Amino acid sequence: MPWNLTSDRPIFLQIIEIMQLSIVSGKYAPGDKLPSVRELATEAAVNPNTMQKALQELERSGLVYSKRTSGRFITEDLNMIEEIKSTLAREKIETFLQSMKSLGFDREETISLMKQTFENMKGETP
Amino acid sequence: MSIILECKNLSKTYGSHTALNHINLSLESGHIIGLLGPNGSGKTTLIKLINGLLTPSEGTLSVNQAPIGPKSKSWVSYLPDHSYLESNLRVNEIIRYFKDFCLDFEEERAYDMLKKLQINPNDKLKSMSKGTKEKVQLILIMSRRAKLYVLDEPIAGVDPAARDYILETILSNYDEDAAILISTHLISDIENILDQVIFIKDGQIALNTSVDNIREKEGKSVDALFREVFKC
Repeated sequence: MPWNLTSDRPIFLQIIEIMQLSIVSGKYAPGDKLPSVRELATEAAVNPNTMQKALQELERSGLVYSKRTSGRFITEDLNMIEEIKSTLAREKIETFLQSMKSLGFDREETISLMKQTFENMKGETP
Repeated sequence: MSIILECKNLSKTYGSHTALNHINLSLESGHIIGLLGPNGSGKTTLIKLINGLLTPSEGTLSVNQAPIGPKSKSWVSYLPDHSYLESNLRVNEIIRYFKDFCLDFEEERAYDMLKKLQINPNDKLKSMSKGTKEKVQLILIMSRRAKLYVLDEPIAGVDPAARDYILETILSNYDEDAAILISTHLISDIENILDQVIFIKDGQIALNTSVDNIREKEGKSVDALFREVFKC
């Protein structure tokens, strides 16, 4: 199943985001070995050079590291994973608040609406 | 990285009509390149020149430093837009042909892929659907260890699921020493597997860049840019 990529943004950026998400969500655990570039490229249905570029970028940020001959691994630095997790969460919240604002809700209204929604959802999801 | 295809000042005219107009182009190994352009832009002319089916009116082209000839043909694996295979033949007979004609043909890989697609090697081509026939041809082409794969409209006749398989086949057979040149109209289906795109317009190269470059600079897909550049 090819990865879900949108058509208007650079592919390598989207791969980076998907990999970050796979790491913080635990699909890849700290210290896990990543599949090879070719395997990942085939899975995602993207060009191997593009996959390579994305992995190199992840390596530069420290989220993955490579061992000379045995491939690429997920960092074991839990703090770093936590940090990325909160960055991603902040970004999601900012996007959400932005769209609430454009719907015309102010801070207080947004918070009370959220509380209300949480109440309604009780027992269902999260 | 080595240069797999080089065109210098390449032109092709048919009578008074200019199909290719002084093209300079070089393709490097390790890339999957999309050759994109509207009907009549010169794509197939270029492809036929690469395969020695046409001769240049002016300029030169070379494959892996060799002029077009028996040597270059042994390095180029070509999927034409029309089938040239005898439809009375069975798949395993065609495989035998390929083994005889192409020294770099790997029989095992062909049978592997056939098995994966549940195509019976004893079946005759004429008993197959259009899509299955196209798959068989692509399998034959990709089972060679070529330096340059030239695929003319490889996904035109197949359903979306088979399209995914074909792209997967291309990706998993991709070799860093080789280059793959794909000509197609179905840009959005293949743009993720390309890393380089060439827009060809009225026999000239209008654009030669990377997919992510287009997305970064233009904020749109190759498909969307194509529609803009070639708006009728």
